Amino acid sequence: MSPQNSDRKVIPIHTADESPSSAFLYAATPKIYPRTVQGVFAYWRWVGVFITQLVFYGLPWLEWGQRQAVLFDLGARRFYVLGLVLYPQDFIYLTGLLVVSALSLFLFTAVAGRLWCGYACPQTVYSEIFMYIERQIEGDRSARMKLDAGAYSLEKIVKKTYKHIVWLGFSIWTGFTFVGYFTPIHELGMAFLQTRMGSWEVFWVFFYGFATYGNAGFMREQVCKFMCPYARFQSAMFDHDTLIVTYDQQRGEPRGHRPHSVSLAESGLGACIDCNLCVQVCPTGIDIRQGLQYECIGCGACADVCNGVMDKMGYARGLVRYTTQNALRHGWSTTTLLKRFFRPRVVVYTSILWTLILVLGFSLMLRTPMRVDVVKDRGMPRITQNGNLENVYRLQLMNATEELQQLHLQVRGPEGMNIESEANFELGPALSRWVAVRVSVPYGSLSEGSHKIWFDIENETQTLRVTEASVFLVPR
Amino acid sequence: MSDFTGSFWSSYVAIISLVGILACLVLLWVTARKKSVGNADNTTGHVWDEDLREMNNPLPLWWVGLFVITVIFGLSYLFLYPGLGAYTGSKAWSSKAEYDTEILKANAALQPLYARFEAMAVQDVAKDPQAHAIGERLFMNHCAQCHGSDAQGSKGYPNLTDSDWLHGGTPEKIKESISLGRVGNMPPMAAVVGTSDDMRNLAHYVLSLSGSPHDSLKAGFGKPHFGACAACHGVDGKGMMAVGAPNLSDKVWLHGWGEEAIVAMVHKGKQNIMPAQQDRLSASQIHVLTSYVWSLSNHTHAATP
Repeated sequence: MSPQNSDRKVIPIHTADESPSSAFLYAATPKIYPRTVQGVFAYWRWVGVFITQLVFYGLPWLEWGQRQAVLFDLGARRFYVLGLVLYPQDFIYLTGLLVVSALSLFLFTAVAGRLWCGYACPQTVYSEIFMYIERQIEGDRSARMKLDAGAYSLEKIVKKTYKHIVWLGFSIWTGFTFVGYFTPIHELGMAFLQTRMGSWEVFWVFFYGFATYGNAGFMREQVCKFMCPYARFQSAMFDHDTLIVTYDQQRGEPRGHRPHSVSLAESGLGACIDCNLCVQVCPTGIDIRQGLQYECIGCGACADVCNGVMDKMGYARGLVRYTTQNALRHGWSTTTLLKRFFRPRVVVYTSILWTLILVLGFSLMLRTPMRVDVVKDRGMPRITQNGNLENVYRLQLMNATEELQQLHLQVRGPEGMNIESEANFELGPALSRWVAVRVSVPYGSLSEGSHKIWFDIENETQTLRVTEASVFLVPR
Repeated sequence: MSDFTGSFWSSYVAIISLVGILACLVLLWVTARKKSVGNADNTTGHVWDEDLREMNNPLPLWWVGLFVITVIFGLSYLFLYPGLGAYTGSKAWSSKAEYDTEILKANAALQPLYARFEAMAVQDVAKDPQAHAIGERLFMNHCAQCHGSDAQGSKGYPNLTDSDWLHGGTPEKIKESISLGRVGNMPPMAAVVGTSDDMRNLAHYVLSLSGSPHDSLKAGFGKPHFGACAACHGVDGKGMMAVGAPNLSDKVWLHGWGEEAIVAMVHKGKQNIMPAQQDRLSASQIHVLTSYVWSLSNHTHAATP
């Protein structure tokens, strides 16, 4: 080291407001007591709750002809959705449905943030229901906090027990409904009442019920903050033109308490009266005034409660509102903001989504409710006594209608090709059947190697017609 | 762990597994005591994409609990089940034993179903639609690979739907063929028959037995040589079921038709094997399967379900 350097002092650089904070890496999470909120977004969340839950609890009870309208019979590998009978081979439709769901999520999130999280996600919906039950029994935020903080009294024990019994009952009903999608729910109901359900049914009723109880009763926002992957990747769909629940800092700051009698102009303060209600209603326990945070599920509770406060104060609504970061920065009017809906990202998502929905819809509409799989025997082709060369195939005929079908089989291929075995088959409703089929050509009429052939299967009325390709092998 | 000749690798694996698990716990314990220092606004000071800041929030305690549970689960698993080198676990579990138990359980569950058929004669079982369906599935799983899905066989694999039986088509004989398997043995006869011209003439004589196209002059020359074949195939060429010698006077040619095929067979001989099934199938399964195979050539057809 040179002597000039040795007496140089290193002066640490600090920014003005920096005073280090320190925290343990792990800490018990404080329980959140969200305050009840009323308003337009709360209303829409309850609409979401009712729609999703009417569908979830109601659907298994619907009848379609002689059977349950929606039933996923895993044992028999038949999936009944209203008029459709699906086979495992129809899995592509589920893939299509999942792709459509994913693209819908992208689209809605790009346009208006975490709409799914705030209004339709089961975690939100069940938490909302469980919190409603909790509120009916234990009271609102302050009452619940007081009850929890207080010593164990008769009242506390009674209220807590009552709450957990209602929660558990609701959870088991939820688990029961879930299993009702896989086992005919009427029989399951009887089995449940007579306590003679199958062991797997018992397992799933209680497992699903327990998951509902744990997630909606205890885990709540922790699921969204620490467990849910969708919550994380939705942030990647955001841009500066995405509608998000935002605090209008320019209008609100400087925040502060003020007497009711002092007008906004006189007070010299912003519109935020620092009443902290937006923090109290937040189901994830954040302060929206700190800006967009990953914990925000976009439920709009803070916007609802703040509008109420603004009304009381006689200030304009919308201090906390759905707006975009660009609109806030540039002070855009609602019209300008809405024009940004037609940005490339949204247009691309929308067109892909509609294309997929149409393709999926049409392919379902045009689907032939019969399937045929052709499996060629691996054995050697045979030469018969009457001078024919034969190949053997096994055909799986799958009836995806709920009527008995009389099917006729024909083969198309090189000249002289014939079906030597039975070509008429009877196929019961929603049943599948394997049949062995012998196909022949006169020996020597075909060149050595592989020849393309087609099996045509149609029913008596010719309303069902399926063609499956295979090959006919001629040995060297 | 028979792959290893010594105990070194076994202990190596076991020690690494245990040290790894314990190291996880130590890491958790060390980090739990540490404090992380951030800015006054509870951020780490990391900023990306203009304004995206990282918070300095602690991980919830239940997460630590989950972590400890996985460690406990891991250790209990390694105690109960094989995983630590050559240690077999306190339950001495193995996939082979598990498979055997499941087979026993499945067989026990199926027993009442088969019990009904066991008491019945093969001919009566064949009339039962349920037995027919079971038999068909057994056939598809265990027989169709060689005999074909339609049971009509191919070159080297006998047709089971005709009345031509190498070893007999009675229920008892069919059951015997399935249970114990069969070995068809045609010895090479070149040394006995004579020159290649003799074999060619013999082939034409064999063809004449079934009235197949042949050269009657050559057949006449071949006839004396048939004495060597008659020991098994009979003087009239009608075969002998006791040794599985095929009937040469019908038009069933299991190993190929024509002069060349016959010459090759006389010259080289052939050993053809039907594998025994009694170790793969239970006695009651073989009973039902026998009835299915028997029904293929005895059209007392059961109503197909």
